[in-house]
Amino acid sequence: MTAFLALVARDLRLALRQGSDAALVVAFFVLAVVLFPFGVGPEPQLLARIAAGIVWVTALLAALLSLDRLFQQDYEDGSLEVIALAPLPLEAAVLAKCLAHWLTTGLPLAAVAPALAALLQLDGPGYLPLVLTMALGTPSLSLVGAVGAALSLGARRAGVLLSLLVLPLYIPVLIFGVAAVEQAVAGFAIRPHLLILTALLVAALPLAPWAAAAALRPALE
Amino acid sequence: MDALTHYLAMGGYARFVWPAYGIAVLVLGVMAVQSYRAWRRQHRLWSALEAARPQRRR
Amino acid sequence: MQRFANPGRFMRLSDGLMPWCAAGAVICLAVGLYLVLFVAPPDYQQGEAVRIMFVHVPAAWMASFVYGFLALASAVALIWRHPLADIAAQAAAPLGAGFTLLCLITGSLWGEPMWGTWWVWDARLTSVLVLFFLYVGYIALVNGFDDPTRGARAGAVLALVGVVNLPIIKFSVDWWNTLHQPASVFRLGGPTIDKSMLVPLLIMAIAFMLYFAALLMLRMRTAILASRVRAARLGEIEPMPEPSARPQAAGSVT
Repeated sequence: MTAFLALVARDLRLALRQGSDAALVVAFFVLAVVLFPFGVGPEPQLLARIAAGIVWVTALLAALLSLDRLFQQDYEDGSLEVIALAPLPLEAAVLAKCLAHWLTTGLPLAAVAPALAALLQLDGPGYLPLVLTMALGTPSLSLVGAVGAALSLGARRAGVLLSLLVLPLYIPVLIFGVAAVEQAVAGFAIRPHLLILTALLVAALPLAPWAAAAALRPALE
Repeated sequence: MDALTHYLAMGGYARFVWPAYGIAVLVLGVMAVQSYRAWRRQHRLWSALEAARPQRRR
Repeated sequence: MQRFANPGRFMRLSDGLMPWCAAGAVICLAVGLYLVLFVAPPDYQQGEAVRIMFVHVPAAWMASFVYGFLALASAVALIWRHPLADIAAQAAAPLGAGFTLLCLITGSLWGEPMWGTWWVWDARLTSVLVLFFLYVGYIALVNGFDDPTRGARAGAVLALVGVVNLPIIKFSVDWWNTLHQPASVFRLGGPTIDKSMLVPLLIMAIAFMLYFAALLMLRMRTAILASRVRAARLGEIEPMPEPSARPQAAGSVT
């Protein structure tokens, strides 16, 4: 357990030292959302209708951008091999890195999302569900993204390849995250959506590190 | 001739039905041709290598 | 399965099997096309446009089937390290992508006269679109590495991840579709399919399957031959002798 926490702490320290990484992700998130009114027009009713979708999709893309940081740097300077050789199982190490990644990417995105939703005139009942679903969904994004990052590690055009691999896998989280917000705005209960998002997270927690570790091992041979 | 034109018109849906079959022929054809050409390429390389190599078979 | 691990044996097996599959495919296609284009009656509701179904539905079945095959081969490759499994998976992927693309395009051509639009975010069409991206992602990943072994291993893991995700994605898209579409259900081809349409459909499906089998074997043979060419060029081994001749190849490195 201590080795696990030590790895999380290490990744957090590194991320905070290079503070710009997390800040850049949030900056992209903000900029991309702000582009939409320029694209579709500032009419409040239209924006409110598509606000949930825009915020979620751009959050997805922002999370995608931050994924190469997950393994790439450690791979390049050799620390990934050291991590793999350590007593901590590779699956646990992946989980630790995912946790650190989420704390420095998903969580900030979820925190900033309500402000951006306000820019897009999201209706009142939608804000809390937005934060809740993003807090619940972004860990899954980090986990599934880790699989993609591990698979594309060392490939040519790894960045683009990563997007191609990961975006289809993000669709379920996107669907239920947006639906929850829209249902809340329409006045319906969102418990089923939250339960499904939780189920997706619970499924991803064991499976994603396992798949990512399986993908990392050939890269480290 | 009339019957043929009537048939080809496919009850008014001709511009959907025939392109659909055309695309099917195209896709299936391209897959087959590409696979075969890849095979031919490797086979030629292999034969060239075998011919250049002194035969060790007894 | 171990008996078939020998590439040489596969080459001999496919040498015999492939022409039969190819011939079978041609015959079934010919019979199927004749039935479909000349014998099957026009649909009560859809008229002659229903003939697109006879290409669209077998393509859809193959798209799903080949992905299942891809996942199975990948599982065998990862778990048992069967030497032919990776080759089978990589040979199947482009074929699966082709069937999926065909399904999408014919679906679109069927949709325009039926639903009045080239594309509909119908649960099935959307899921097939996602499936297409899964195929493309797999092919891109396998070919994205300079080291082919690395590409093969990564591809195998991706295929398994994809096959686990596919039901989840399908479920989500299905659910999402009911959320946004009115309750009208488009029953393509009618709720129960008449025998006069079912038989040509099945023949076309068999034709597509035999076609897939024939091309799969051809592509696997090409891959095996390519690896022999590579190895021979590196001078590591000699041209693989026939197993009966192996005891006499005393001078070879192996």
